Amino acid sequence: MSTRFKDSAHLIRIGVVFLLGALVFVAVRAAIIPESYGQFGPYRGKALTNMTSRPVKYAGHEVCENCHPDVTDAKSKGVHAHVNCESCHGPLAKHADDPAAVQPVLPETPKLCMRCHSENIAKPSGFPQINAAEHSGGQDCKTCHQPHSPLLELGGKK
Amino acid sequence: MPPAAQPAPGTGGEEMNLTRRQLLVLLPAAAAAWEFVKAGTPEDAPSYKTDEHWWGMLLDITKCIGCGSCVRACALENDVPEGYFRTWVEEYHVDDWHIETPMVTSPNGGKDGFPQGSFTGGKNFFVPKLCNHCVDSPCTQVCPVGATYHTPDGVVLIDYDYCLGCRYCIQACPYGCRFFHPQKHTAEKCTLCYHRISKGLTTACCENCPTGARQLADLKNPKDPIHAFLKTHTVQVLKPHLATGSKTFYNGLDGSVR
Repeated sequence: MSTRFKDSAHLIRIGVVFLLGALVFVAVRAAIIPESYGQFGPYRGKALTNMTSRPVKYAGHEVCENCHPDVTDAKSKGVHAHVNCESCHGPLAKHADDPAAVQPVLPETPKLCMRCHSENIAKPSGFPQINAAEHSGGQDCKTCHQPHSPLLELGGKK
Repeated sequence: MPPAAQPAPGTGGEEMNLTRRQLLVLLPAAAAAWEFVKAGTPEDAPSYKTDEHWWGMLLDITKCIGCGSCVRACALENDVPEGYFRTWVEEYHVDDWHIETPMVTSPNGGKDGFPQGSFTGGKNFFVPKLCNHCVDSPCTQVCPVGATYHTPDGVVLIDYDYCLGCRYCIQACPYGCRFFHPQKHTAEKCTLCYHRISKGLTTACCENCPTGARQLADLKNPKDPIHAFLKTHTVQVLKPHLATGSKTFYNGLDGSVR
């Protein structure tokens, strides 16, 4: 430690300040980065877990088939085979969990049927469409058609 | 010495006499067992494996009847506030050759279906829309806090706890698929029903589409019917010139659709 390093004191001071700064940086970084960051990618992995843990409201048609095979069997033979139960009856996961607690409400047929079957030029031409006033004079669809298998030729008559 | 203190042959005394060979066999076995125990916690090994899926959707315009079942189902499943839409249906009317200026209507997002006979003549069809879950999504790129992200299975999601509500992503989305949630004060969008698809269910919109115009597609699953469909049909994505890597494939899409 002779003449060559006689002014090294200020370098040490800078070094200490730099080290302290680095320490603060590392400490702050460790404190603010969420624990699950990087689990799946450059984001909080916990956000994905939060997303998957949300409850389901539409149970899905497979669940309906477990308890109501009579209805789903009849439906599967008709033209409404591909219309899933909850599409008309609404979200019923709660009903599936506890059938007694939540009872589905029967949909209002004229309104329900016309959502799909009202005449509209934009609909695919092969799709059965009607003008309610001309077709039945505003009668409830249920008077003639059984909604689960509505085609009269296929025994869908009520 | 009382007999109870005597180590019974073949139990306690044996443990002390582990040979090196036995130890070498036991240690890796124990390590493997510990991994198995750890994997039992839901955090480390959920039954759903994100890297086994790659989600997209098939939208068949030739099948869409504009009933709005998807819009209603989406709103009920995801508590979408009234007047806002994660998915919606547009009715297109193209008069003669004017494909650059189509007339587009979407009353209440198509939630209540479409009024009888809104158009006459020309070419008319319905276009269901939703988040395109782009591979190179502009919305993800602009988020200043990294609150919007890609899942390993190809879904674009928002981290609602970290979203600042700056609305930059809403402007960046070329498909207009995002909105500002009036109560949560964060950006909001279609999650592709991530809470459903991760449980093996389909999305609420696909579950409730009466004509099969919307089909959830797992592009990584070789048995998914999408692969057979794509081989035999000419499908299109929206705004392909933007190269967003959209994963919503439209069958029968007209050139007028924006």
